[in-house]
Amino acid sequence: MEHLLALFVRAVFVENMALAFFLGMCTFIAISKKVETAIGLGIAVMLVQTITVPVNNLIYTYVLREGGLAWAGLPESDLAFLGLLTYIGVIAALVQILEMLLDRYVPALYNALGVFLPLITVNCAILGGTLFMVERDYDFAESVVYGLASGFSWALAIALLAGIREKLKYSDPPAGLSGLGITFITIGLMSLGFMSFAGIKL
Amino acid sequence: MNTSTSAKPRALAVLFAPVFENNPIALQILGICSALAVTANLKTALVMSVALTLVTAFSNLFISLLRHQIPASIRMIVQVVIIASLVIVVDQVLRAVAFDLAKQLSVFVGLIITNCIVMGRAEAFAMQNPPLPSFLDGIGNGLGYSVLLIALGITRELFGSGTLIGYRVLPTVADGGWYLPNGLLLLPPSAFFLIGLFIWALRSWKPAQVESPAFRMAPQVREQEP
Repeated sequence: MEHLLALFVRAVFVENMALAFFLGMCTFIAISKKVETAIGLGIAVMLVQTITVPVNNLIYTYVLREGGLAWAGLPESDLAFLGLLTYIGVIAALVQILEMLLDRYVPALYNALGVFLPLITVNCAILGGTLFMVERDYDFAESVVYGLASGFSWALAIALLAGIREKLKYSDPPAGLSGLGITFITIGLMSLGFMSFAGIKL
Repeated sequence: MNTSTSAKPRALAVLFAPVFENNPIALQILGICSALAVTANLKTALVMSVALTLVTAFSNLFISLLRHQIPASIRMIVQVVIIASLVIVVDQVLRAVAFDLAKQLSVFVGLIITNCIVMGRAEAFAMQNPPLPSFLDGIGNGLGYSVLLIALGITRELFGSGTLIGYRVLPTVADGGWYLPNGLLLLPPSAFFLIGLFIWALRSWKPAQVESPAFRMAPQVREQEP
């Protein structure tokens, strides 16, 4: 239990998806002009991440990994090379299913997230979370925690950035820096701030 | 860039326009997702550039060859499958030929799949143009990405650790030389600062790209003294 908590804190603060690994940057910069939309997208990412990482973990453990198909009488199978193709397919399919389910059962949430859900398929933070899970060999419980934590880390980062950018538009930077340039420098400063968590040992 | 279907874009223009005039990273801000993390040294930046250029070029080629067969409603899935297959080939070759490098690049080779440049060019160019120009467009955009990536890689490795591709260029103090390496350049935040400064430089050079501010400051007026 304790090491799961440690994993959560490390994934949120030390190994922040957006600020330490640069994942999901395109959407991170494009959709962070307003706090409300940023939080909406953040929640959507968190939701999808919490589902896709454990599902991909199960698929990896029971189908793709070396000897994963032992339960089906194929102990020598090694389908790991199909990983990338499978994960992106699973992510696309899950996002589609989630969209339909939300539309049917939770229309309020669907209306709030609707625009962002299709965007999420091509968000590198989602595929990145799965790939990190495979690379670090997490078991199922760890993958659930890691999915939630990495989604939350991304949501936290985009909400913070949106808060700063809402104030930033009243500032007066040099012409060449306004807009994108100053946003990059802001993200750099935020990333520097998050690096101070790196010394924490849990 | 000429994207109309009827006019035949000239090969050279297609190849070089994305490098200098319409750079995917600097101007369109595409594909920075997985790019920044690999620029802490030049070697990984080079490998990543080559991998992305190849994937973009060949995915453009294959999608362009298939463009009359792909139904419009499922074109995204088809594109993703083609791109993912190419990335698997690149990943497997890297693991076989240079395992250490593949380990250093870690998940970022796989993340080429979700790189906006590859998908963007497939959708915007390859779906409407014949195979050869599409292939050249892919190479051109890959080169545009590579130019920035390599520039970042050189800056970060040279000033961050005083080496280039592992060879000592600036002898550091630790080895009895004179150069005191700037460790910040090896850390993630420096990549953001460098890109921000790069955009600043580019936009000062080409003022047409400057974004208009959302609010215009009213000039400060001194209150009338009674």
